[in-house]
Amino acid sequence: MGTFIFLIFAALAVASSLVVVMHRSPVYATMSLVVTLFSVAVLFVLLGAPFLGALQILIYAGAIVVLFLFVIMLLNLQKEGEAAGRRRGQLWVALPGALIFIGMVGLVFWRAGAPDLQPLTEDLVSLKGLATALFTDYLLPFEIVGLLLLVAVIGATVAARRAPDAADGAGLLPREDFVAEETERKEARP
Amino acid sequence: MSSVPISWYLMLAALLFAIGTVGALTRRNGISIFLSIELMLNAANLTLVAFSRQMGDRTGQLIVFFVMAVAAAEAAVGLALFIAVFRARRTIDVNRLNLMRG
Repeated sequence: MGTFIFLIFAALAVASSLVVVMHRSPVYATMSLVVTLFSVAVLFVLLGAPFLGALQILIYAGAIVVLFLFVIMLLNLQKEGEAAGRRRGQLWVALPGALIFIGMVGLVFWRAGAPDLQPLTEDLVSLKGLATALFTDYLLPFEIVGLLLLVAVIGATVAARRAPDAADGAGLLPREDFVAEETERKEARP
Repeated sequence: MSSVPISWYLMLAALLFAIGTVGALTRRNGISIFLSIELMLNAANLTLVAFSRQMGDRTGQLIVFFVMAVAAAEAAVGLALFIAVFRARRTIDVNRLNLMRG
């Protein structure tokens, strides 16, 4: 049963992650990322980490992906166009990807002979054990992460605030000088 | 229930990480590059949880918790930067963001 669930969601994760990196429309890529994250959340539950599975869906699918979609729609992004020489470039880029994959799989087999899986203990699965470790041994990292999130919120607000001289309030309409520069560039290109 | 060998999880994570790497290197849209990086972070998380299961130690799960928090902060700051870049340049195509080219 566990093998069956693993195979279904592993295949789903690989297929949807391929859509994430190959689809030219950012909205479709983001929606496909939700499927990948959900599949990985199922695998977390299968590995005896139900709390992390829930967190994965809440934080990633619920918060981060919505943020991505919001920015994509705010910026009104279009599909990526085809670029010249794209195919040959992709071939070269696929090489490091393949090397990373082969290297990691090789490492898995090189390190084979790991101890057999122990049955899941209640201590490993329970939220109580996780919380106890988080608020005793890992209290300082926990506090630092809280500070990091606060700094990130302030930083994001400062970075994304509108320019004071923006004519349209949000500063997202085409600027005249940029449009002129863009037409110039298009005309210069043969 | 978990009769699946840990090495299968590790291979799946390796595959997801490789797909994410290729995506981050080939895409030109800044948002798509970001999505690929999220994919790579997730593959690393899967590895951590798998090893945590194998060792019977929950430290791996705690690290995943912190990785998720840092990923959320990274997404917020990164997307804010993209909005700022878009305001200034009207594009987030990374091939066109060549202001620092020497």
